[in-house]
Amino acid sequence: MQGNKIIGEAAIRAGCRFYAGYPITPQNELPEYMAENLRKVEGGVFIQSESEIAAIHMVTGASAAGVRVMTSSSSPGISLKQEGISSMAACELPGVIVNIMRGGPGLGNIRPAQGDYFQATRGGGHGDYRTIVLAPATCQELADLTMDAFDLADDYRTPVMILADGMMGQMMEPVVFKEPKPRHYPESYKLQGAGAGKSKFIRGLILDQLEMEEHNWKLERKYQVIVQREPRHETFKLDDADMAIVAYGTAARVAKGAINRLRNEGMMIGLVRPITLWPFPTQALRHLSERIKEFFVFEMSTGQMVEDVRLALQGYANIDFHGRPGGVVPTPVELANVIARTYQKKNGNMKQL
Amino acid sequence: MKKVFSRPLYLKENIFHYCAGCGHSIVHRLIAELVDEMGIRGITIGVPPAGCAVLAYNYLDIDMIEAQHGRGPAMATGIKRVLPDRVVFSYQGDGDLAAIGIAETFHAANRGENITIVFINNAVYGMTGGQMAPTTLMGQKTTTSPEGRSPALDGYPVQISEILSHLPGAAYIERCTVNSPASIVKAKRAIKKAFQYQMENRGFTMIEVLSPCPTNWKMSPIDSCRWIDEVMTKQFPLGVIKDIAKADSGKGEDSHAG
Repeated sequence: MQGNKIIGEAAIRAGCRFYAGYPITPQNELPEYMAENLRKVEGGVFIQSESEIAAIHMVTGASAAGVRVMTSSSSPGISLKQEGISSMAACELPGVIVNIMRGGPGLGNIRPAQGDYFQATRGGGHGDYRTIVLAPATCQELADLTMDAFDLADDYRTPVMILADGMMGQMMEPVVFKEPKPRHYPESYKLQGAGAGKSKFIRGLILDQLEMEEHNWKLERKYQVIVQREPRHETFKLDDADMAIVAYGTAARVAKGAINRLRNEGMMIGLVRPITLWPFPTQALRHLSERIKEFFVFEMSTGQMVEDVRLALQGYANIDFHGRPGGVVPTPVELANVIARTYQKKNGNMKQL
Repeated sequence: MKKVFSRPLYLKENIFHYCAGCGHSIVHRLIAELVDEMGIRGITIGVPPAGCAVLAYNYLDIDMIEAQHGRGPAMATGIKRVLPDRVVFSYQGDGDLAAIGIAETFHAANRGENITIVFINNAVYGMTGGQMAPTTLMGQKTTTSPEGRSPALDGYPVQISEILSHLPGAAYIERCTVNSPASIVKAKRAIKKAFQYQMENRGFTMIEVLSPCPTNWKMSPIDSCRWIDEVMTKQFPLGVIKDIAKADSGKGEDSHAG
């Protein structure tokens, strides 16, 4: 099954009942899948919105009305959605936003890239907030993390982003859909008409600065719980490694291929792959730095996650960086050659693969 | 003695923050009266805008969710599609609806969303201090058209109700005002009809209300009411602009004039 369609199917299985989106490459198969399949589900609503902005606000309204919601786009479209993502965070409304990244800035191109890391992990829109960011690297993970995203959004009542790229969206791999988790979430926040009871309102505008400050701290306390509980990462061939590659998503797939080649040449290299980009697996990296002193960050950007790696390692290990922005996906051999040069420089043993 | 007039049941006891002579408080009151009279208070969800009416939830005792500037129709769409048996309305000003949110407004109408927009047209951006709005009249002085609105520099007042009336999805559009007791009664009747159409799933409904803004117009409340009659209605004629129940609807004739 194709990556974009897997996200759609996983969302429907997770109980998503409202999707709004606007066409943009390379994620069009996802709205197309929702148009065909979500409308067949009882209560399922698909709307092709007039804009990215309208889509995120439709989704916000539907979220407030009490159903699981999703929107998707690619980089330039995600920039447009930021107003609504900020608003969802402020109003503490759950929702899943999928970004199938492409080359940027500006219109960029439609090739796979990872240039939206800063935007995704730093909140993206205005104001003091964070979004949980999940970075799948396989089609199986596209399915699993999409389903997890809905649970996390409901657990913390906050927008959650799936951050993948054009390669992940277009890739085809076999996939097994897991059973959705049973849902037990408080419903008191839902806005469905007051009935005979007390009316309520959902708002992000808080004119009193002390009240606003308290709301900011309330959100921050929630984010700190997420930082404690939710970081996820995968390690690969790290047990005996003396150098760790740090990469996520498609870049991590390329890195695994490179590591297998380098291992055959006797270079003791492994991989740390952040699965949550926010919260970043800071503690895991810090623990690793007690044993491994050489880190090599590879991203399909000019270097964004590398800043989080620096913050995590705090100077306790050396960090090298290799970036391929603009929609370039290097082959494992190309990456292996770059890593080998660095590895051998450290070990005084130059040799071309 | 029979009680003939009282505070609406679903108007909260907070004191309005609106300026003296502002139309918002009148329209709020009409909505509060209607949800009571129509027995729909428990199933009504309102979407207040960014603008002077952003705090509408302080006054209306119904479920409300605030929209970002211009996004009310998108948010109302999301709510209504999930809860089709609720009465969902978006409450918007002229900048919100006819400038930054014109795409959301136009396409909600074009999809024939079963929502109602209460559109407050006071020809200026009120909350931000009286800047030029898309509905500012030709020659009208505002803080951003200090020499008066000029067609060469600023373009023309947008007649959004007439524009939307051409869309097949629009079921009922009427332009009213609230500058006299008689016009207030008419406005209430229009909003009621819009809610009724919505409950009958007839499509998109919008009531435009020409609303006095004495503070930004730099006029007394009484002069403001007069200005609506003498100047504003020349650009924005009152009456039913679209009614799918009437084949001959259109061209701004006054449906309630005997």
